[in-house]
Amino acid sequence: MINLIINKISRLLSGIGHRMIARIWRLGAGARLFMLAIIYSGESFKRFHLTLREIYFTGVMSLLIIIVSAFFVGMVLALQGYNTLQKYGSSEAIGVLVALALVRELGPVVTALLFAGRAGTAITAEIGLMKTTEQLSAMEMMAVNPIARVVAPRFWAGVISMPILASLFSMVGVLGGYLVAVPLIGVDEGAFWSQMQANVDVRADIINGVIKSVVFGVACTMIALFEGFDAPPTAEGVSHATTRTVVISSLTVLGLDFVLTSFMLVV
Amino acid sequence: MERTKIDLWVGIFVALGAAALLGLAMKVGNLTSNTIGETYHVSAAFENIGGLKPNAPVKSAGVVVGRVAEIGFDPKTYEAIVTIKIDKRYEFPKDTFANIYTAGLLGEQYVGLEAGGEDDVLKSGDKITQTQDAIVLEKMISQFLYSKASETEADKGAEATSPAASKEGKSTELGDAPF
Repeated sequence: MINLIINKISRLLSGIGHRMIARIWRLGAGARLFMLAIIYSGESFKRFHLTLREIYFTGVMSLLIIIVSAFFVGMVLALQGYNTLQKYGSSEAIGVLVALALVRELGPVVTALLFAGRAGTAITAEIGLMKTTEQLSAMEMMAVNPIARVVAPRFWAGVISMPILASLFSMVGVLGGYLVAVPLIGVDEGAFWSQMQANVDVRADIINGVIKSVVFGVACTMIALFEGFDAPPTAEGVSHATTRTVVISSLTVLGLDFVLTSFMLVV
Repeated sequence: MERTKIDLWVGIFVALGAAALLGLAMKVGNLTSNTIGETYHVSAAFENIGGLKPNAPVKSAGVVVGRVAEIGFDPKTYEAIVTIKIDKRYEFPKDTFANIYTAGLLGEQYVGLEAGGEDDVLKSGDKITQTQDAIVLEKMISQFLYSKASETEADKGAEATSPAASKEGKSTELGDAPF
């Protein structure tokens, strides 16, 4: 009886340990892939059309979802903000609220979440399938480094696309907020823009937002690339890897956002 | 053939991103209004600056004429030394008065300059001698309470000398107040 309990506990503990070790192994492998991608990224700039093609697939193809969601996010921010602000008689501050919320937080974060869902999954599935169909091995046979040819261009495409998408998100969101606040609700147009300009700082708010989106770009793209590279070469393995990309990217983005914000607000 | 099409789309994409960033900087942010031309620095000592922060506006007659450059502390006089930069286009007399005001009831604090009457103007490195501190709400409340308390003390003194008046004194609202 006691033996049985001890047996169960030890199996539970060893299960936890096994999983921990697997996680740490994956973390190390991911870091190694990240380093390799940076070391071999010379080719993705020398043959820039490879990177251009990936920017097209990750960035340009994400434009629609980013712009449409930014528009609605901006509009709903203005509606909600107006609802509360007019209780305090300061409905002109709605421009500040919409702009700061978008530029500081929602722009980079929501873009990164959408990017993980829209482009990250595509990257993972593509690389996972390349691995499953042994295209990566074929490249190695032809003395083509798959990290230089496949990973690095996608990495740089993600890092370049993310800040562009995030600034578009913020700008379109502000326009959406403007559309609801000024023509629809009737907030004074001059007050809307001037209060916004008085309270949004270029360096502290806009540049920090761009820095955030670059960091999220690195994180999201790297996670997607690693999950694809690490996927077991089966249909099930690729599907699991795709799911993990979204889950891990989202959690990483939200966690990183807190860390970055605390750094930016303190410093 | 395919490649040129992709090039075009990526070009549009990057241009859109640059336009959005420029729009954010110009229309949403304060890149345009923040730039003051050439400036000269003037310092002023305050006993208490309240919540004044670097880069707070310096206004004269409600117009922004400069910004707070630096806030320091003088360990000898225990005063705050506020260095402000003022636009070169605006010259102020030597006896200009520097106040710290609050925008709105609980808004941000800024430095207000009230021009004096002298002919000599402030130059870079000069010191404004006439200053007025920030109004600290807690200080004002405690002063108010203190003055009320001393009033009632005086009332009690008057009551002691003339017992007939004491009943009238009690009936006033201030006599029953906890302070």
